[in-house]
Amino acid sequence: MLDVRTQAAPTDAPAPTEWTRKDLLDTDTLSADEIALILETAEGMREVRSRPVAKVATLRGVTVVTLFYEQSTRTRASFEVAAKALGADVVNLTASGSSVEKGESLVDTVRTLEAIGADLLVMRHGKSGAPYLAARNTSAGVINGGDGTHAHPTQALLDLFTIRSHVGDLAGKKVVIVGDVLHSRVARSNLWTLLASGADVTLCGPATLVPRSLQGAAAEHGRCTVTTNFDEALEGADVVMALRMQKERQEKGLIPSLREYIAGYQLNARRLALARSGALVMHPGPMNEGIEISPEVAHGLTSVIEEQVANGVSVRMAILYLMATARHA
Amino acid sequence: MNDRILLRGGRVIDPGVNVDAVLDVLVAGGVVAKVAAGIEADGARVIDATGCIVAPGLVDLHTHLREPGFEQKGTIATETLAALRGGFTTVCAMPNTSPAPDSAPAVEAIREIIQRDARVRVLQIGCVTRRREGKDLAELSELAASGCIALSDDGNPVANARLMRHAMELAAALGLPISEHCDEPELSHGGSMNEGRVSERLGLPGQPVAAETTAIARNIALCEMTGARLHIAHVTTARGLDLVAEAKARGLPVTCEVTPSHLFLTEESVFGAGQEPAYDTNAKINPPLRTESDRRALLAGLNGGIIDAIATDHAPHASEDKLQEFDDAAFGISCLETAAASVLTLVERGELDLVTAIRSLTFNPARVFAIDARIPGAGRLEPGVSRDLVLLDSGARWTVDPARLASKGKNTPLAGVELTGSVRAAVFDGMLAHELEAAHV
Repeated sequence: MLDVRTQAAPTDAPAPTEWTRKDLLDTDTLSADEIALILETAEGMREVRSRPVAKVATLRGVTVVTLFYEQSTRTRASFEVAAKALGADVVNLTASGSSVEKGESLVDTVRTLEAIGADLLVMRHGKSGAPYLAARNTSAGVINGGDGTHAHPTQALLDLFTIRSHVGDLAGKKVVIVGDVLHSRVARSNLWTLLASGADVTLCGPATLVPRSLQGAAAEHGRCTVTTNFDEALEGADVVMALRMQKERQEKGLIPSLREYIAGYQLNARRLALARSGALVMHPGPMNEGIEISPEVAHGLTSVIEEQVANGVSVRMAILYLMATARHA
Repeated sequence: MNDRILLRGGRVIDPGVNVDAVLDVLVAGGVVAKVAAGIEADGARVIDATGCIVAPGLVDLHTHLREPGFEQKGTIATETLAALRGGFTTVCAMPNTSPAPDSAPAVEAIREIIQRDARVRVLQIGCVTRRREGKDLAELSELAASGCIALSDDGNPVANARLMRHAMELAAALGLPISEHCDEPELSHGGSMNEGRVSERLGLPGQPVAAETTAIARNIALCEMTGARLHIAHVTTARGLDLVAEAKARGLPVTCEVTPSHLFLTEESVFGAGQEPAYDTNAKINPPLRTESDRRALLAGLNGGIIDAIATDHAPHASEDKLQEFDDAAFGISCLETAAASVLTLVERGELDLVTAIRSLTFNPARVFAIDARIPGAGRLEPGVSRDLVLLDSGARWTVDPARLASKGKNTPLAGVELTGSVRAAVFDGMLAHELEAAHV
């Protein structure tokens, strides 16, 4: 179960002509064909979004509920825009101001939403694994919009979509993910899609913030390396992805100071020059400019950070479309 | 009829006196009356024990009965029935009840419920500190006088080393062992499973091995300093076991136990057997299930005599305690009714020696808490003295169905798992108290 999968390898299975999963909880079990289906569908959605009236009625009558136990700006808004662009009805719920505050359990909440008529449930939760619990207890399709420090599959898919549109085939390309990898659901989900796409992945951060056991898994795999030396990691990099550095990590003693973190791990112009010329700069947001990334790099020529956000809508439209269509098939 | 029983032709294993032979056992007059070949029935009800094991009644050093205070999880009536069906005729109740047994009146209040409802012998473990808060010592001599068999703050390790030192000094003078959940809370802080590959894969906060080993090392040092009997509850790590082995080699009064769950399962159970993670809260236990190499070390420690006892850490929970986000779900496994079968399954697989397994469920635990000094013949099949025995069918195969457990706690990660070995019958206090219906086998 812990094997880093290589879905990119040729498989005997025929290419799926349609999506069959009830839920999208992580990228770890997605086949290369399923990833390709999502990205191809997202290309079509990007075209829809470029139209003068960027709205279709494909998902009319479908109810999408966004259930957010954690705060979010871009993910929730992105899903809402995506669902509305497809003509779905959208209900937005947050934990504060709902029955969750009255002590309702996750399972009861999910069952209630199903009874109300939710077809798809987009869920963000602070506890790892929560969407799995939800998915097991509802017939609605559950899309993981980020769970604890575990997974953020739609972010990984929009990141892959963005990288592909610039870099093309990822085989042999080097992607460096830098920062608080240990607590990053974005890094985990990206790891699976990037490895599946044939990229070489380097995870980099302070020793306290890179998963120690992943080093063993990485060594076995050969295409994933873990290092604490950012300058060395950048050598030959085609893509550099900086992760948000949460200030509370310092309070918990995981890093001595933000100053020391900046000195060792900030993605700035000097460091970017160590990567391959034209290397893509990415960040899942929200950024702490001046901490994990310098403003001139964040807004520099090779930064695709805003494009990531825009692509997020197309990719989420694709996912909503595939999942809603599978339900009615 | 139930007080005069002849178990004919079973394999009698009484590890305390190195008996392992096909013999007959007669229960009469409230005791194990005779253990010999060719005993005449003489009016006794005869049970054909051919192919089965006859052993002393099992003794559990670590049981959570939940009453008083948490009756929705279990009661003394339901959990001691579970014990009986699991072959345990003596259980030591951990003090994490509400109120906790931190004074003589509190112990007395619980004893009244036990006398009314218990289906097996219940011995009480008293608190080390008041309300198990780790701040002020409980009145330990009063607890000793009220019959507590050992002292423990159960799932709240005594974090303050100075307080533990003084508790051990007093316990040594009272002759009571301290059963300690060895955990350094600053290291295990917030961890809901073993720290390692699986926790990092699942994004769950982990408890590192060092949280257990540093606490074991500290408590062994305090044991050496004070001379107290230190019983290390549920050891889970290979390295922790090394520390116990070293302490024993130096002659320190240290004993330890292992749970059937840690012998049978690993951290992989949290992930589950499928492609997608299960986040199985029924495999959430404290201390956590560890790695396969730890599991093998625990089996080696048991087979090699470093581990004294198998103790269940039976921890029943209500369904709503487990049907939650993994981090929020309660720790614990309901396992009184699967313990013997898990152990016998390990024997069948060749991972565990049968006589060692029986010894660690009977004679050894009776010695660890000196139960045999209070209950003559406990953990033995001593003619004229012992009052309990168990009849195990080591070949019976059955599939665990939580709905059929007598325990209120249906929280088992073994649901749907086929085990080999069942508790066919149990004699408690000289009476046939449990007999498996044929349909159940």
